[in-house]
Amino acid sequence: MKKNMNRRDFMKVSGGAAAAVAGASIYTGSALAGAKGRVVVVGGGLGGATCAKYIKRADSSIDVTIIEPNKTYFTGFTSNLTISGMVTMEQLGHTYEGLTAMGIKVVHAAATEIGDSSVKTSDGGSYDFDRCVVAPGVDFKFVEGHSEEIANKSVTHAYKSGAQMSLLGEQIRGMKKGGTVVLAAPRNPFRCPPGPYERTAQIAAYLKVNNPTAKIIVLDPKDKFSKFGLFKEAWKIHYGYGTDNSMINWIKGAEGGALEEVDASTNTAIASIEEFKGDVLNVIPDMKAGHVAHANGLVKGDWCPVDLQTFESSLRKNIHVIGDSSAAKGLPKSGYAAASEAKVTAAAIVAAMNGNAAPVPAYTNTCYSVVAPNDAFSVAAVYQLAADKHKVMKVAGGLTPSGDKRNAAHREREVQYALSWYENITTDAFSDGKKLPL
Amino acid sequence: MKVTKLALAIIGGCAISMSASAGGKVDKSVSNMTGADATMLSNTCAGCHGTDGASSGPAIPSLGGMSALYITDMMNGYKSGDIKSTIMGRIAPGYSEDEIDAMANYFAGTEQHRTPQAFDKAKAAKGMKLHDKYCEKCHSESGTLAEDDSGILAGQPTPYLHYSMEDFANGDRSMPKKMKKKVKKLNKKEGSAGMEAILNYYASQK
Repeated sequence: MKKNMNRRDFMKVSGGAAAAVAGASIYTGSALAGAKGRVVVVGGGLGGATCAKYIKRADSSIDVTIIEPNKTYFTGFTSNLTISGMVTMEQLGHTYEGLTAMGIKVVHAAATEIGDSSVKTSDGGSYDFDRCVVAPGVDFKFVEGHSEEIANKSVTHAYKSGAQMSLLGEQIRGMKKGGTVVLAAPRNPFRCPPGPYERTAQIAAYLKVNNPTAKIIVLDPKDKFSKFGLFKEAWKIHYGYGTDNSMINWIKGAEGGALEEVDASTNTAIASIEEFKGDVLNVIPDMKAGHVAHANGLVKGDWCPVDLQTFESSLRKNIHVIGDSSAAKGLPKSGYAAASEAKVTAAAIVAAMNGNAAPVPAYTNTCYSVVAPNDAFSVAAVYQLAADKHKVMKVAGGLTPSGDKRNAAHREREVQYALSWYENITTDAFSDGKKLPL
Repeated sequence: MKVTKLALAIIGGCAISMSASAGGKVDKSVSNMTGADATMLSNTCAGCHGTDGASSGPAIPSLGGMSALYITDMMNGYKSGDIKSTIMGRIAPGYSEDEIDAMANYFAGTEQHRTPQAFDKAKAAKGMKLHDKYCEKCHSESGTLAEDDSGILAGQPTPYLHYSMEDFANGDRSMPKKMKKKVKKLNKKEGSAGMEAILNYYASQK
């Protein structure tokens, strides 16, 4: 600990000195002599942390700084499981000591201005870079009557984990007997495409035991969604979906599922045909690239166009955008894909700083949805980059079998694998060891 | 069988090139960039199997320090469908023979990992004796030796070993002849407590 403090303090000093030499990209005559270059990573979520770590792993002489306002990062993925109590929010929190121990600097401030060779922060800091990696996650496009302030207090989105997710859990646990949860899902594309539907199942798992006459209304602007058949089957098997006694009522876009407005004072979702008053109202807004990307000329439409081999922005040189904010054609906006983009980007940056061409990339995605204490399913894919780089191409993959091929024993295994996936993907990013109980 | 695969592994190791390779679905992708290096390919596994194949558990196995031949055999088994699985059967077909060899050799060169986990001391002590009697011949040096080309058992997550034994028992994965004989003998003599003791022993290994 003491050692880390010393290192951090030292880094801070040398970072400050470097800032004075504006635009200088190579250090000489300091302890950092021989550093091949500097990388500033904006955003220490899963993508940003993974990228920083994999740059450092590949070439420890590269100077890597993460700029992230939060001291603890709560993962969005797996946070739905806090509702049924399978995991706790505390278990989903990750800190940065493991990365600082590797020699990565972590600055807890908000990045504001990304220049051509330095990043400015809200606390007046300035951090020089040769390459910048921007991983800001998503921002929301709130409907009328909804906002971050309201979401913090009553009508949650709970789509950035942490406090709002805890609040949503409290609201559901405190709901009156036979009450109604109204959940509004977003339009494509959005972070974690199975998220709203896993959340529906996790709410149902809690209610089935603790409040069995309660109902869940899912408002959806779409007519189908990720893992569509698997979710509908699971809702049916576990929660009576499709019967008169179904706990879940999914209202698709064609039947008036599109949310238009929120009345937070009455907990009412105003959809295209009807209004739905909930005892608990959870509204997941449509999404766009994170604010810092918009503020710094990295966005075209709602997302950030990139070169799919290096994730360098198509709009600005030496700045790479990874994770949910990138318009990575062919890849889903999932945690695993963000980590995969992070590793491809890390390899490209390390190659560039060593005078080599960007390597041939390889990407994968695996994503588990836990729909009952003994039932999880997954989607997996292996990808290659199209030779003309227009799209990331799926070369193999698929879904957990359903219907006649549904295997109950394998579903139980997938619950255990989902928890293992969580441990390993977060340890791979943050080097912070085990979190979930065995 | 083993000699042939080993030969292929050696050839593959020398020829990680731009080949789009034989092998099912990958063939469709002749217009894709191929030839990613071993590190690039292996890093894609880490999200599930841990950094350099060191799994935190509770169920996904560690790949670190395994024999390349063993990993290649497993991947080919998943790819062909000979070994039934929850997810690997969907992932393995995405890789050519060269790519599988590259990844297998990468993980063979990383450190073995023992996943920290709970175990019963008395059962582990009994399990150690049973391991020596029934398993040691192939899973040598207390289930830690990669060079015997059997899976590394020491410190693997217990649920994974348990699932593997289930798969062997119900035919989702075929047992080598010798193993079949030994497992049968173990079950006859010790009942299900025997295997349980052995799994506790592997869980106890640090």
